[in-house]
Amino acid sequence: MSENTITFEIDGVEVQGAPGQTIMQAADAAGIYIPRLCAFEGLPPHGSCRICTVKVNGRFQSSCTQPVAEGIIVENDTEEILEFRRNLVDMLFVEGNHFCMFCEKSGNCELQALAYRLGITAPKYPFMFPANRTVDASHKDIFIDHNRCILCARCIRASRDLDGKNVFQFVGRGPEKHIAVNARARLVDTEVDVTDKAVEVCPVGAILRKHVGYAIPVGKRKYDHAPIGSDIEAQKH
Amino acid sequence: MQDTQDLKRIVIEPVTRVEGHGKVTILLDEQNRVKQARLHIVEFRGFERFIQGRPYWEAPVLVQRLCGICPVSHHLAAAKAMDMIVGVDTLTPTAEKMRRLMHYGQIFQSHALHFFHLASPDLLFGFDADVAIRNVIGVAAKHKDLAVQGVMMRKFGQEIIKATAGKKIHGTGAIPGGINKNLTIEERDSFLKDIDQMREWSRGAVKIAKDYTVENLEAIAPFGSFDSNHLSLIREDGAMDLYHGNLRAIDAQGNKIFDQVECTQYLDYIAEEVRDWSYMKFPFIKSIGPENGWYRVGPLARVNACDFIDTPEAEAARKEFMAVTDGKPNNLTMAYHWARMIEVLHSIEKMHELLEDADLQGTDLVVKGERRPEGIGLLEAPRGTLFHHYRVDENDQVTMANLIVSTTSNNEPMNRAVTKVAMDHISGKPEISEGLLNHIEVAIRAYDPCLSCATHALGKMPLVVRLVDAEGNEVAKKST
Repeated sequence: MSENTITFEIDGVEVQGAPGQTIMQAADAAGIYIPRLCAFEGLPPHGSCRICTVKVNGRFQSSCTQPVAEGIIVENDTEEILEFRRNLVDMLFVEGNHFCMFCEKSGNCELQALAYRLGITAPKYPFMFPANRTVDASHKDIFIDHNRCILCARCIRASRDLDGKNVFQFVGRGPEKHIAVNARARLVDTEVDVTDKAVEVCPVGAILRKHVGYAIPVGKRKYDHAPIGSDIEAQKH
Repeated sequence: MQDTQDLKRIVIEPVTRVEGHGKVTILLDEQNRVKQARLHIVEFRGFERFIQGRPYWEAPVLVQRLCGICPVSHHLAAAKAMDMIVGVDTLTPTAEKMRRLMHYGQIFQSHALHFFHLASPDLLFGFDADVAIRNVIGVAAKHKDLAVQGVMMRKFGQEIIKATAGKKIHGTGAIPGGINKNLTIEERDSFLKDIDQMREWSRGAVKIAKDYTVENLEAIAPFGSFDSNHLSLIREDGAMDLYHGNLRAIDAQGNKIFDQVECTQYLDYIAEEVRDWSYMKFPFIKSIGPENGWYRVGPLARVNACDFIDTPEAEAARKEFMAVTDGKPNNLTMAYHWARMIEVLHSIEKMHELLEDADLQGTDLVVKGERRPEGIGLLEAPRGTLFHHYRVDENDQVTMANLIVSTTSNNEPMNRAVTKVAMDHISGKPEISEGLLNHIEVAIRAYDPCLSCATHALGKMPLVVRLVDAEGNEVAKKST
């Protein structure tokens, strides 16, 4: 065992990581899926959605930000944590206006796929039906539907760190918090481009390329046949 | 308007839900003579409003949520309008034929469901037969073969929809400018192996409907019947075409009121009247006016209006149908059933043709064009002509939607049928039985509005009838 290997445990399974890795990164490499929404490979961790919360030596931690450490005991796939995640996903659904039945992201949506994986058939919390969510369709190739935004900040980080543009940022607080663009009002006034990573990384149907719609038939969408996380679990040795 | 204050009022509520929550009110005088009978659609559906602001490519998927019975109609009508929006006038052969296959699959399953499960109990057992057997369970017990055929034919149509739209209900197949999938050889072969059986059952269904109509002609001829205009899409050569065509309207004698009117011109020929007692509008032919310009749509109107059907078995059936009225339009409400089964036969013939067409395995699925601000899509839904009309702004957001659904066009005819049946069968009767009330439902049901709902199929059509005196006191209440 090299001195650069850190050995720890996830749900009783011995896992090895490297110094500087997060628990999520080490779990991914070991073929253990930890559900997530704001985390995205290639983007710095944000730790905001809390879906990837695990218990580390009995304490709740977000696995996308928590580094691995020798001998830690991580709980991931336990009923307590699953219920915690269900509640979070549930709240994300009721907090926005998510109408999967006609959303073009259906079948490719990480929020929807996560709900299916967690066994959520209908929200248990009352719908809030926020009325302050708008659609910005001013750009010829891209549109933003704030009804579906879950404030994961992937677009903010991708625009800043990968596209070098800083097109998106958060404004407002509490229920008023939302994604805004770095222009006076509309997406068309920014330097965003349809090929930007920021457009690609949205986990839900909030930032979409125009005129694509339902081009992928039912049956060929990303999560039509295997639940979210299956690609990671397929890495299991 | 006559003074209705002193009249007794029978309310049938709900007739059913779907497309609108409906009720029937019948006003009676002291001698129980019917003074007025109306079918009210009292639920408000907001689709024309809440599609506004949405990107245009969502329309075919969003608006079909209007309905769970024939969503394919709305899916395709909206897609046709969106073809126009994206500047596409001609689809690739694969896209056009996949959409047609989807549509015929839908006509087939919807008509089969209606005939075998919703209407057959009335036709097989009688309008006032014991309610305990006058339902689909009764049909299954006494005519198991028919009940099974209904299920299997519906399944066949639903599987066709799944193979073309991606899902049996609320699929995504039709997209602006084309289709998102073709038909695999495996899918094709799975349908072709059953096609002969489906054709056989369709022939049998035409025979049942024809025999019923001909054998009971004397009794059903006056039942809820009246002369009317008929409206339908017609192919350029006068053939029946359920997916695409131009508008034709004929009067009760078969004279053409207008013909080969391009879909985009519909507003020049059709207008809608609003009446204060129903959320459903009353469309009429502009040149005749609201008083006499109302018209019927659906299978009866289509078989009456077309010059011929371009599939041999359905054409032979159409000729037999037209022979009953010496080639003139058939204006009998109950003849809808026979016309509907002719369309079932036509649909399976069309599906057979399409399934043997190699274009369905083509890979050229979508055409692109120059964006336009307005799109209009019409087709013949199972229940009649369906109009979808949209305007889209430069940001690709829908700014206006106007839908005229089949049941709306049949609003006035259904009201006439209700009135006629109430006059003929209820007026002056001291006691109003469940069987008598069912006569009203039979007339409404002939139109296969979205009102003949699934609950009826289980023999539990949720009818509540209250007989209220002039002071508003409940005299009697019946529920089925």
